[in-house]
Amino acid sequence: MYCIIEKKVLAPTITKYLIEAPYVARKRKAGNFVIIRVDETGERIPLTLVDSNTDTGTITLIVQALGKTTKALALKNEGDFILDVMGPLGNPTPIESGKTIACIGGGVGTAELYPITKALKDAGNTIYTIVGARSKELVILEKEMEQVSDKFYITTDDGSYKRKGFVTDQLKELLDANLGINMVYAIGPLPMMRAVSNLTKPYNVRTLVSLNAVMVDGTGMCGGCRVTVNGKMKFACVDGPEFEGHEVDFDEMLLRNHSYTDMEKISIDRFLEEPHVCRREGMAS
Amino acid sequence: MITVNKMKPSERMKIPRQVSIEQKPDERSHNFKEVSFGVDEERALIEAARCLECQNPVCREGCPVNIDIRSFIQLVYQKDFSGAVNKIRESNYLPAICGRVCPQEEQCEQVCTLGKKHEPVAIGKLERFVADYELKNNLFTPPSIQEKRPEKVAIVGSGPSGLTCAAELAKLGYQVTIFEALHAVGGVLRYGIPEFRLPRTILDLEAERIKALGVKIETNFLVGRTETIDEFFKEWGFSAIFLGTGAGTPQFMDIPGENLNGVYSANEFLTRVNLMKAYKFPEYDTPIKIGKSVAVIGGGNTAMDGVRTSKRLGAEHAYLIYRRSRTEMPARLEEVHHAEEEGIEFMMLTNPTRIIGDTNGRVSGIECQKMELGEPDESGRRKPVPSNETKFIIEVQTVIEAVGQSPNPIIQSTTPGLKTGRKGVVIADELQRTSRDGVFAGGDLSRGGATVILAMHDGKIAAENIHKYLQQKAH
Repeated sequence: MYCIIEKKVLAPTITKYLIEAPYVARKRKAGNFVIIRVDETGERIPLTLVDSNTDTGTITLIVQALGKTTKALALKNEGDFILDVMGPLGNPTPIESGKTIACIGGGVGTAELYPITKALKDAGNTIYTIVGARSKELVILEKEMEQVSDKFYITTDDGSYKRKGFVTDQLKELLDANLGINMVYAIGPLPMMRAVSNLTKPYNVRTLVSLNAVMVDGTGMCGGCRVTVNGKMKFACVDGPEFEGHEVDFDEMLLRNHSYTDMEKISIDRFLEEPHVCRREGMAS
Repeated sequence: MITVNKMKPSERMKIPRQVSIEQKPDERSHNFKEVSFGVDEERALIEAARCLECQNPVCREGCPVNIDIRSFIQLVYQKDFSGAVNKIRESNYLPAICGRVCPQEEQCEQVCTLGKKHEPVAIGKLERFVADYELKNNLFTPPSIQEKRPEKVAIVGSGPSGLTCAAELAKLGYQVTIFEALHAVGGVLRYGIPEFRLPRTILDLEAERIKALGVKIETNFLVGRTETIDEFFKEWGFSAIFLGTGAGTPQFMDIPGENLNGVYSANEFLTRVNLMKAYKFPEYDTPIKIGKSVAVIGGGNTAMDGVRTSKRLGAEHAYLIYRRSRTEMPARLEEVHHAEEEGIEFMMLTNPTRIIGDTNGRVSGIECQKMELGEPDESGRRKPVPSNETKFIIEVQTVIEAVGQSPNPIIQSTTPGLKTGRKGVVIADELQRTSRDGVFAGGDLSRGGATVILAMHDGKIAAENIHKYLQQKAH
């Protein structure tokens, strides 16, 4: 059992959790993730570790309540427990130095990008950060990201905040401006990471993406998270989660990530029918 | 050696071998309840009377964990069922599991003297009977631990080898902690073997009995990531470590179409159903999709578990596709027999060449090639070679690949100096010692893929040698 020490709503449906998990906190590195299971009948899902504190033994997760599991998590309060937290999993992000790097976060992916950007900044890289969101209210970690960036840009799909458009519009401008950007990190929804990879390919700029595949165990045991990278089968959990964006078969991965969309809907509908859930959900969103 | 049965051997030989009471095939193929109820007391007593009480009980030699089979059967005959199960537990701490999943027909029962001219004593069924009797009547008392020893031992993995090693070391008085990566104990017994062969209540009870010996169990702890072997020695103060992490990495056939939706490794398929209880969706959140027809590829026990599980999930057609013939199949005879009864459609000498998908990226069929048997290969079995027949397609919505597993590389890659061999197995000698001082290994991790009982054998041998190792170190 893992206690929620602190809970804070960052944006509609996006919540930050501080969870007591001392073993994970001790070992977390940028790029790692955990597998959690909220309760006995719950599914195991991977969530990227945003931060950790070895003194307090806590880890930070920032989660968007989209599916059944993340919605169930959103109903938990400070002092409540999560049944299982296991990690840290996945390979940590290789932190290089002396580069000019564009860090691009889409939606809640910005939370996953934050620890990487921070580590890259601390390692002495020049950082151009672009954060994208559908609208103003969904922009998260603005201050934190700005602090670890040399240049900081925000785009919103609807133009409700800062630049109207997609992260790729901003990135294209930066690439065309010949600023010496020689590496890109992109974390966000799959279509966004695909768009970024497609954009950077002709510029020949190395692009790393973090793949949020469907997982069960997270330790290399099930192979459910398999992705095709450079024509080869890889497991996102143990070979990744980060891969060379130019080598990832995004189309296949998009299909794979929709394997269970219909069943996921059954789960969510069933969950929302529970009366206590409806009311609280209504308040949160 | 004394005998307890007054019947003449010739009379004992006339008694027919007793059979288990089983759920009817058409009923059980639609539920996840245990297939076999075992034998009842009446049948157990009749069966025990068949034992010839050989002066040289070869059955014991046939048992990988050296159970005193003759003595336990004598106790059954004398109606001392509790005494019988305790006799087994002297050599094997998990009788309710072994009585269910051991391939006795290749071990103790294969060498049984009675079996030379008649059918062998149903040793496995008797083992299960006494274990279940103890459970049902709540007769378990943990064995007394003679002296507490200060040394701490870490057991990595809570599968059959780890549980056995932990139990044996705890009985010797050591401070034992098991580390399990998943959220529940049992390893392959939990995620791999289905409920209908090994009910989870049995597994939970056996795990409780390990805890009753004072063994601590840490779940959600992935050794190699959460902590490393070196940290266990340096920071946690462990004096010895047993690695029993199994062979958990699934292999794929490397044919086109394997990443289509609806293609599962047997590991994923079984983990979703067994560990995550996907068969109870939507009560449980983890989904599984099956469609009307399922093709399971492979000929081992994992393939049998996959195909029989598919049938239970509602597949109208559950095909077992195997590239060799029936006689080469490595699965247990009993499982093959059960699968047949349940309406599994066997496609022998058939090799999949391609998985076909629809426009949504979902499996719609599997293309196969008929094979024929050629010359024996390195395994001694006749090698399947493609026949001249043209390829054909079977319409299926799900493909499950049960074509082998290899050890998970996480520990090997984070433990300097730990030697590995073919397919990444950790090399262990006959005393289960690895190349690292104080590190022992066994089960599928060092064998590459074997049986529950061989894993238990390794766990037991490792415990004996960890004990010797720690004694030598102390003096």
